[in-house]
Amino acid sequence: MSQTIATPPTVRLDSDVIGKPINRTDGPAKVSGAAKYAAEFGVTGPLWYGYIVSSPVAKGKITKIHADEVLAIPGVQQVFSHENVPSFAWFDRAYKDDVAPGGSPFRPLHEPEIMFNQQPVALVVAETFELARYAASVLRIEYDVEKHNTDLDSVIGEAFDAPKGKTGFVPPPKPKGDMNKAFAEAPHKVAGEYIHRAQHHNPMEMFATTVDWLGDGKKMKIYDKTQGAPNVQQYIAKIFGLSTNEARVISKFTGGGFGSGLRPQYQVFLAVMAALELEHSVRVVMTRTQMFSFGHRPHTLQKLRIASDDQGHIQALEHKALAETSQFENATETVVNWTGILYNSPNTNFDYQLSKIDVYTPLDMRAPGAATGNFASESAIDEMSYKAGKDPLDFRLLNYTYSDPTENKPFTSKRLDDCYHEGAARFGWDQRNPEPRSMRDEKGMLVGWGVAAGCWDASMQKAAAKAVLSADGHLTVNSATNDQGAGTYVIMTQMAAQTLGLPMKQVTFNLGDTNMPAAPVQGGSWTANSVGAAVKDACQEVGKKLLKLAQKMDDSPLAGADFEDVQFVDGHIRANEDITRSVAIEDILAASGEEKIEADGKAGPNPINQLKYSMHSHNAVFVEVKVDEDLGTIHVTRVVNAVAAGRIMNPKTARSQVLGGTVWGLSMAMMEETYLNNELGRYMNHNYAEYHIPVNADIHKIDVIFVEEEDDIASPIGVKGVGEIGMLGVAAAIANAVYHATGKRVRELPLTSDKLL
Amino acid sequence: MNSFTLTQATAADEAVRDLTSHDGAAYLGGGTNLVDLMKYNLERPTHLTSLGLLPLTDITSLPDGGLRLGALATNADTAWHPEVEKRYPLLSQTILAGATPQLRNVATNGGNLNQRTRCYYFYDLATPCNKREPGTGCSALTGPNRVCGVLGTSESCIATQPSDMCVALAALEAVVRVQGPDGERTIQFDDYHRLPGDHPEKDNTLKPGELVVSIDLPEEGYADHFTYLKLRDRSSYAFALVSVAVGLKMSGNTIEKARFALGGVAHKPWRDQEAEKMLEGQTASPDLFRQVAAKVFAEAKGYGEGSLHNSFKIELGKRAIVRALKQATEMSQVVNPNVFLNSNP
Ligand SMILES: Cc1cc2nc3c(=O)[nH]c(=O)nc-3n(C[C@H](O)[C@H](O)[C@H](O)COP(=O)(O)OP(=O)(O)OC[C@H]3O[C@@H](n4cnc5c(N)ncnc54)[C@H](O)[C@@H]3O)c2cc1C
Ligand code: SF4
Repeated sequence: MSQTIATPPTVRLDSDVIGKPINRTDGPAKVSGAAKYAAEFGVTGPLWYGYIVSSPVAKGKITKIHADEVLAIPGVQQVFSHENVPSFAWFDRAYKDDVAPGGSPFRPLHEPEIMFNQQPVALVVAETFELARYAASVLRIEYDVEKHNTDLDSVIGEAFDAPKGKTGFVPPPKPKGDMNKAFAEAPHKVAGEYIHRAQHHNPMEMFATTVDWLGDGKKMKIYDKTQGAPNVQQYIAKIFGLSTNEARVISKFTGGGFGSGLRPQYQVFLAVMAALELEHSVRVVMTRTQMFSFGHRPHTLQKLRIASDDQGHIQALEHKALAETSQFENATETVVNWTGILYNSPNTNFDYQLSKIDVYTPLDMRAPGAATGNFASESAIDEMSYKAGKDPLDFRLLNYTYSDPTENKPFTSKRLDDCYHEGAARFGWDQRNPEPRSMRDEKGMLVGWGVAAGCWDASMQKAAAKAVLSADGHLTVNSATNDQGAGTYVIMTQMAAQTLGLPMKQVTFNLGDTNMPAAPVQGGSWTANSVGAAVKDACQEVGKKLLKLAQKMDDSPLAGADFEDVQFVDGHIRANEDITRSVAIEDILAASGEEKIEADGKAGPNPINQLKYSMHSHNAVFVEVKVDEDLGTIHVTRVVNAVAAGRIMNPKTARSQVLGGTVWGLSMAMMEETYLNNELGRYMNHNYAEYHIPVNADIHKIDVIFVEEEDDIASPIGVKGVGEIGMLGVAAAIANAVYHATGKRVRELPLTSDKLL
Repeated sequence: MNSFTLTQATAADEAVRDLTSHDGAAYLGGGTNLVDLMKYNLERPTHLTSLGLLPLTDITSLPDGGLRLGALATNADTAWHPEVEKRYPLLSQTILAGATPQLRNVATNGGNLNQRTRCYYFYDLATPCNKREPGTGCSALTGPNRVCGVLGTSESCIATQPSDMCVALAALEAVVRVQGPDGERTIQFDDYHRLPGDHPEKDNTLKPGELVVSIDLPEEGYADHFTYLKLRDRSSYAFALVSVAVGLKMSGNTIEKARFALGGVAHKPWRDQEAEKMLEGQTASPDLFRQVAAKVFAEAKGYGEGSLHNSFKIELGKRAIVRALKQATEMSQVVNPNVFLNSNP
């Protein structure tokens, strides 16, 4: 029997903004061109331009730099190289940034030795950009060339266990049971080798630094392209022995990062060095070619072995990876662990190794490690499901984990099962014919449906924020975090508005300035969570002060109320018990006579919860491909990406993150690959014309589903972050769909047409 | 990029005089290729003769029934010209399969013919390349060479001519009209681009100072049976791995006349007149198409295995020919075969 319940009239609260699809607050500035990027800021005096000269060889030594010839060109100010760069900090630790891996960081222009191709070897500074570029093109440099080795396959035998040293790196889980025996005895098994080569981040905005020389001691404003102004400031201050007051780093907008801006890049070192030496404002911008001169997703070789019993329960699970690193640092990613978190097996073995070649150190790139491992493991799991005679989705559900087997800890929340179910329903998975090569469209193209799951960390970092409520009722919140396009500006504004019950238009959130409270680099999907919690904390502190002031007012209706007893809604503080007992914030401010009310906020990981729980976001991806078998062309015609990542602060920006992540996954699956010429030791397709990423015509229907989770343990604000999770599962689901369509298992990315011929 | 001077010529003979009176001068069309090459410091002209004001932008009918495409007409204006769309849809489609709308809006027909290869090494001063610097060697022979060719290559160079438009012009048997210091002459399209041989630095048969003034199309445009199949690494804004332009005259299921050319496989748009003859007078059939494809690639040479190397183009090229001939006989092609047209957008 149904019963009608009278619903209370819904009152639209201007301040009830969390979870609403609100437009980006920085959108108008971006589309109108008012948003300024690092190379666009003006400086106080005249500006000089530095052009970077890159090494044409991968290994060797500079024997002579004919700087005099270039210095003779009128308008050329200086040629910096190892010959004349003054010595700065001595120890490696000065060059280590917050996210540096173990090893000895590269020091630009310090030594004549060449360690990787396109290593910056000189900076030509001139009065105009055109002149600097021309002078750089005629600068003669002589090298003693040595034999390099950039071929990962040739150094497999020199692999070593990936050492600890980088924050966030989790070594492979310990083995369980007897992998070899279980594998040998199991009735159904698969073994496969998976390969992808180097990939470069390719954000649209080139790395650039504008140093505004303020002419007052050594004071500089440093406009830098980065994913973390504080990280750059620390790096610069340590190397050049500057105070934070002398080196203020500003990064208001970042034109894409995807991890490339996690570590300070060498152009910031060069620009600051030149400004200090010349006591002048200097700008240095990399070329697109030079965007292929630093970190990248490492070329990785993987091996998987999986075996199951007759019912389809996994009995043996082994995942091994070998990745490249540079000669001078040990870049580590968490590659194989995710497989053990997603699937239960009594017998396991995990292994992750590195080998050194003559390239620059690899660098985190969207869903680092996970995207790599996930493609291999979700391909292998798929293959296993066929061997065990199970539907790929059923097989995954059968081997579902309810706690994290790698650490024997419960998850704070995990609604991957609902992602599977809701995603499958939206996709129409039940219409799938399990037989490979069994489905065709009306034009006769082979149709394939594939599924894969993904898993990423729900991680929390230390962050701080400051909130200032001015007498006119406007709230300004600052934190030195970053927005590389993720939507940080708007969700932090939402967080502040919701916490103090103010309409969005009365709130301004600023970021990207080291004069603001510190925040971590934007990466790892931790910004929403960490900075969001700090913003909330700062606003709550302001709220507490407001409550005290309200209680000082004559006949205050809130007299005696604790902070927990009140709510901040629509510009008022009101009692939870009786919302008619309410005071307008503007009245409190007026009565108090205060010019402003301000408070600091902070947030950080809860060590006890971290010991007790495993914290992850998950997703399930369903893909349809259509394959023209004669020509090997693959079209990804439909994607459903169902994501469980805690609370969604803003479904619009979160959806954009997952759409972008899905496109990234498709790009990894179908196109991305940096061509390394081992004879030259050089990446060759170093431009947008030849390093392929999708165009609009490659992208069809993408459906994003959020399966919300209530999780106050993973984060005080219930948020897990969506920056990386959307990318996971996609590449494997595509490869799995291609198998379903064609019966061909491709284990090497990208899935270019030649691999299907 | 070095400093250069620039003259804006207003007539063809003036342009030729201006160019020949300066050492190290180059013609500037839309600049979409030349200016890039100058920024990369690969081409270092000290003088540019800009063609932007030349009265060579018209597309006009010729008395013999053909069509004259001005050398300075943009690629976009050419592709969308009503006469081209109606009578030479093959040309229209090939142009639209290339580059991007923004590029096509400024790229000129003369510039398109003379655009340089996209071989990675040609574009990178740090690497040996015979085409860029004769005698330094060819890095592509053994290195990644996915963009390079498999037909008519030499040990000096395996680069391809990257234009899409030129593939159609080859199939259509266009004639290039040029004006030089010694007056005007015409060049059959097949003779315009050359094979690398021992002189890969020379892309074409233009003599010093010669200016392309028009491209003349013969009357036959194959508007009833044509196709342009372009296979590439993404759906747009990528050069062809292999492309095939086909024009057929059919009577029933019999092929009366066949012209086809390939892009992405050679230093010039690749035509094989013997293969064309194999089709003529024959009934269209998959078997016939396969024989023709096999003939075209009989002497092909791949340079290495795997997706970074180009041997796969031999098999892909054969399949592309079979598919393109099928599409042209059946007229079943879509405008851009790489783009999957979603039925439920
Ligand atoms: C990113 C990118 C992607 C592209 N993708 C494609 C593609 O997919 N398919 C494709 O076909 N093309 C593609 N193109 C190439 C494009 O078609 C050419 O750049 C364009 O056609 C060149 O025309 P232009 O007028 O700009 O030539 P310019 O750059 O002005 O000149 C090119 C050369 O021709 C010479 N020249 C120009 N006009 C004449 C003349 N009248 N007589 C004699 N010599 C002359 C110049 O001296 C120069 O050497 C792409 C280009 C870019 C930049
Ligand atoms: S193929 Fe030609 S253009 Fe490419 S490297 Fe060799 S010589 Fe140069």
